[in-house]
Amino acid sequence: MDDLLSEFLTETAESLAVLDVELVKLEQNPNDPALLGNIFRLVHTIKGTCGFLGLPRLEAVAHAGENVLGKVRDGELEVTPEAVSLILECLDRVRSLMGTLEQTEAEPAGEDSALINRLNALADGVGAAEPAATSAPPAASSLYDRVGGLAAIDAIVEVFYGSVVADEQLKGYVADINLDILQAGQRAFLGGLIGGPASEREAAQASAHRGFVTAAMEPQDVAAVDEYLRAALAALEVPADAAETVMGLIAASRPDAAGSAVQAEAPSTSSPTIDMPATAEAPGEAPEREREAAKPAASTAGKPGEAEEGTKDSAVANQSIRVNVDLLENLMTMVSELVLTRNQVLQILRTQKDSEFAAPLQRLNHVTSELQEGVMKTRMQPIGNAWAKLPRLVRDLAHDLGKKIDLQMIGADTELDRQVLEMIKDPLTHMVRNSADHGLETPEERRRRKKPDTGKITLNAYHEGGHIIIEISDDGRGLALEKIKAKALQNGIATQAELDDFTVQQVQQLVFRPGFSTADKVTSVSGRGVGMDVVKTNIEKIGGTIELRSTEGRGSTFVIKIPLTLAIVSALIVECAGERFAIPQISVVELVRISANSDNSVERIKDTPVLRLRNRLLPLVSLREMLHIGEGDDAEDSFIVVTQVGTHSFGMIVDRVFDTEEIVVKPVAPILRHIEIFSGNTILGDGSVIMILDPNGIAISSGQMNLAEAVVADVATHRDHRGEERVPLLLFRAGDGAPKAVPLALVARLEEIDLATVERSNGVCVVQYRGQLMPLISISADHQIGETGKQPILVFSDRDRSMGLAVDAILDIVEDRLAVELSTDEPGRIGSAIIAGHATDIIDAGYYLTQAFRDWFGTAEGDGGDGKRVLLIDDSPFFRNLLAPLLSVAGYDVTTAESAAKALMLHEAGEDFDVIISDIEMPGMNGFEFAQTVKKGTRWQNTPMVALSSHSSPRDIDRGRAVGFNDYVAKFDRDALLQTLSESLMDVRGAA
Amino acid sequence: MTADEPKARTTAGAEVEAAGEMQDYVSMTIGGQLFGVPVLKVQDVLGTQRITRIPLAPPEVAGSLNLRGRIVTAIDVRLRLGLPPRPESETAMSVVIDQGGELYSLLVDSVGEVLSLRVRDFERNPPNLDPRWRDFSEGIHRLKQSLLVVLDVARLLQIGRAEAA
Repeated sequence: MDDLLSEFLTETAESLAVLDVELVKLEQNPNDPALLGNIFRLVHTIKGTCGFLGLPRLEAVAHAGENVLGKVRDGELEVTPEAVSLILECLDRVRSLMGTLEQTEAEPAGEDSALINRLNALADGVGAAEPAATSAPPAASSLYDRVGGLAAIDAIVEVFYGSVVADEQLKGYVADINLDILQAGQRAFLGGLIGGPASEREAAQASAHRGFVTAAMEPQDVAAVDEYLRAALAALEVPADAAETVMGLIAASRPDAAGSAVQAEAPSTSSPTIDMPATAEAPGEAPEREREAAKPAASTAGKPGEAEEGTKDSAVANQSIRVNVDLLENLMTMVSELVLTRNQVLQILRTQKDSEFAAPLQRLNHVTSELQEGVMKTRMQPIGNAWAKLPRLVRDLAHDLGKKIDLQMIGADTELDRQVLEMIKDPLTHMVRNSADHGLETPEERRRRKKPDTGKITLNAYHEGGHIIIEISDDGRGLALEKIKAKALQNGIATQAELDDFTVQQVQQLVFRPGFSTADKVTSVSGRGVGMDVVKTNIEKIGGTIELRSTEGRGSTFVIKIPLTLAIVSALIVECAGERFAIPQISVVELVRISANSDNSVERIKDTPVLRLRNRLLPLVSLREMLHIGEGDDAEDSFIVVTQVGTHSFGMIVDRVFDTEEIVVKPVAPILRHIEIFSGNTILGDGSVIMILDPNGIAISSGQMNLAEAVVADVATHRDHRGEERVPLLLFRAGDGAPKAVPLALVARLEEIDLATVERSNGVCVVQYRGQLMPLISISADHQIGETGKQPILVFSDRDRSMGLAVDAILDIVEDRLAVELSTDEPGRIGSAIIAGHATDIIDAGYYLTQAFRDWFGTAEGDGGDGKRVLLIDDSPFFRNLLAPLLSVAGYDVTTAESAAKALMLHEAGEDFDVIISDIEMPGMNGFEFAQTVKKGTRWQNTPMVALSSHSSPRDIDRGRAVGFNDYVAKFDRDALLQTLSESLMDVRGAA
Repeated sequence: MTADEPKARTTAGAEVEAAGEMQDYVSMTIGGQLFGVPVLKVQDVLGTQRITRIPLAPPEVAGSLNLRGRIVTAIDVRLRLGLPPRPESETAMSVVIDQGGELYSLLVDSVGEVLSLRVRDFERNPPNLDPRWRDFSEGIHRLKQSLLVVLDVARLLQIGRAEAA
């Protein structure tokens, strides 16, 4: 059944139940405006929903009812029992229509004009004047009223069935029947019998029963039934005379009583106390009839089916109840305990062969497993719930955008945890909206492209290996690569040079960058500043991933992969130094077995372990070291758990890998929450407590092992924001280990010198070079410069001073992205990166410069800087590390900040600088915004500012100047930077 | 269990007086010293348990254990009190305490009987008490043979926070 429909049925059934109660209350307190307001609202909601779902018959009925209630609310009508009855009748009609709706998913044929006319008549004020015409009998002294009205009948039926079910003898008659249905039927029957507000439904009921009067009970059973009914009447304090009349009516309606068409056709006009007995059958036999009725109803449509319609209180409503989530959580905990206990018992049993407990325990085992599954299922909801509002959304969108859209939803019954469901609702809506707005073309455009007018958006959900996959695809125009490129350029997300090198996939990935939207114009539908980057973030927040496939002109598909549930995760159990840990399966990419003799072995750069994995260098984290557990080093034979955190992969070295287990994540105790590498703990099947590792925390933590504080977070952002930036790098070999690289821009010249010309002065190797003495520095202290032969050197120049870095061999000049994968605190190294497919140490040129200059020239002469204070803001640790020493060497007193926000904190802290150098592209506040902020009347507003950027198009420079930068310097252009700095300082001096 | 538990850091005196003339304590020994915890705070007393170590946790945190499906954090009271670690040969007993909805197990050398003590035998901490102990002690009960230190469980479990402050 359509989920929207079933939700409607459930909700409406609930509303109807409330309405029944409230209306009865209203009858007793006709002047309670709150009560009336509530009733009106409920009916109004029902009407509204029916209209929305396109159920005209229901809507018409509800509308007529609402009309009456509206008049009552406005004081134009008085609350009379007649009015209430009529409204109840109206509700009953709604209920009966819903019954059919539930079975056939369509409204039954027919019309309700009689009822609606009566309602309208009542609304117009005629109803009260012609009570006889409007069904309800003038009630004052009727049997119905003497019994106590609807509420009393309800109670009588309740008590009566309580007794019947308790009776051994009678139980059999009602065994197979849903009691609720039975009672509803019985209520209707009794109500009709004693002259309550009759309705067509009751009439149908009675006539249906009449067909089965021959199915009789044993006489003694009938007597017993009568007794119970009498008792029920007495229990509800029905006056004795009234009770007798009722019993008499029932007796008279026994099978031998003649059927009567009067009851069926004109109950409302008949005089209740006289006609009823002759027409209806014994209520005591009603259950029997019901059961019998149910059978033919299944096979023969028609009259019995008609009866069903009336009797069946919505089965959907009966099938679902609302339960507090806490209760479910509690149940979950209890079941976990049960499972653990079961496991223990099974463990004991295994040691005892031929135990008499074996069989029952086997059974216990199964039941427990099923119970566990069942309880876990209580948290699950079909994904269709998250989709329910999409058809309407798409319809409205299609209307607004003038497109024709067909929304197909496949796999709506795929279940996932309600918590996850809540969290993907918004991203899904956003993506469908995107598809409709950006993805699909207008009908004219589609025709031009020889596509059908109607665009198609398909949602497809299915399970795959413990995950839910949701695909959102459209057959629209696909991602326009050129448009994306243009947009990326325009928004400064990438440079032309970068874009030229990008693969199609890389270009497509740009849409996930912050501040990206391919829509030409901002529409009401999209373009509100939230884009795919938000969607991506939200999905990643729940441990999911999102991928994109698109063919220009053919359409796009987004594939979302999310875990089934947040509470229960599939986890890989590993062992390290005798301790077991769980790693969430979703972040585990693969397992690699390593041993000394195989192709896969751990290599080390300095002390940092890495693994060559399919032409990539995978940084490794030794759990043993990270957790400070166990003695000694990792064994040569161990396992690498390759883990992915965001876009970043790393491996964890563990001793052993066990099974995957479903675990229930429990938060760690408050006193342990500060340990960021654990995301929780859990109890395994064998009862032991085990910590759950958080790959995210480990990634952060492992960075911190090597590098000072904040840099780590920066490395991550660095990767995100500059991962694609390509710089020319000089590759060379020097000393042991991996090849080394330095940005080419920093190298003045490459020379080869004759070692014979090398002299030693003051303990330092020097060589005469261009009429000056140039110090030669070796790459590390233990790497000595040879005595003879040729020595290649890299010459770094600083104004009129130069230094040479002795290297073994110059390998290559390559252009590659400079993503420092592993950071280090070893002097002279910034870290390791994959350059041209090899693990490469990036050397810190600044370090060698200071070495040379400190030794040779003494401390900085300050010919340029004069100890001027410079604030350097750059989010990339690489550039900070690169520039800070350079500036120090040039005589500046350098303070660094990794973000504009940090810089502003320095401002707050009362720091003052002579010049500020700021990067432009930074996460958070970018350089332009920073300059604007500073220039807008802070204490720093007169401090010269120099922008530093890898984008130095005239447009950028203009923008930079517009926001207050004094100058704009390209990154890597060290001379220009120093020149600019001193000029900027001069300017200020001149101005002052 | 937690709902009607008296607020942890109400002064011991007030708590004791509110309870009338007598106050019941679960007695336990740690490093030869007799300690007591108000009986209402104690949820369970367990023998030796399998305890999972928690790497990187503060040293006083011995690990976690499974108490009927709930994860209980075990605190080594010896280390918390600045006493030498328990010799390998000796086993610990667990006194399980519910603190703010979280379960903690206090690892002690041994657990004795429940003592009903007269309120008038209760005294504040002597001023010369070891400062570390003074933090964790609500006061002292004079028994005939010995002295019983009433443990301030809330303070005892403020691991990390106290140090950070």
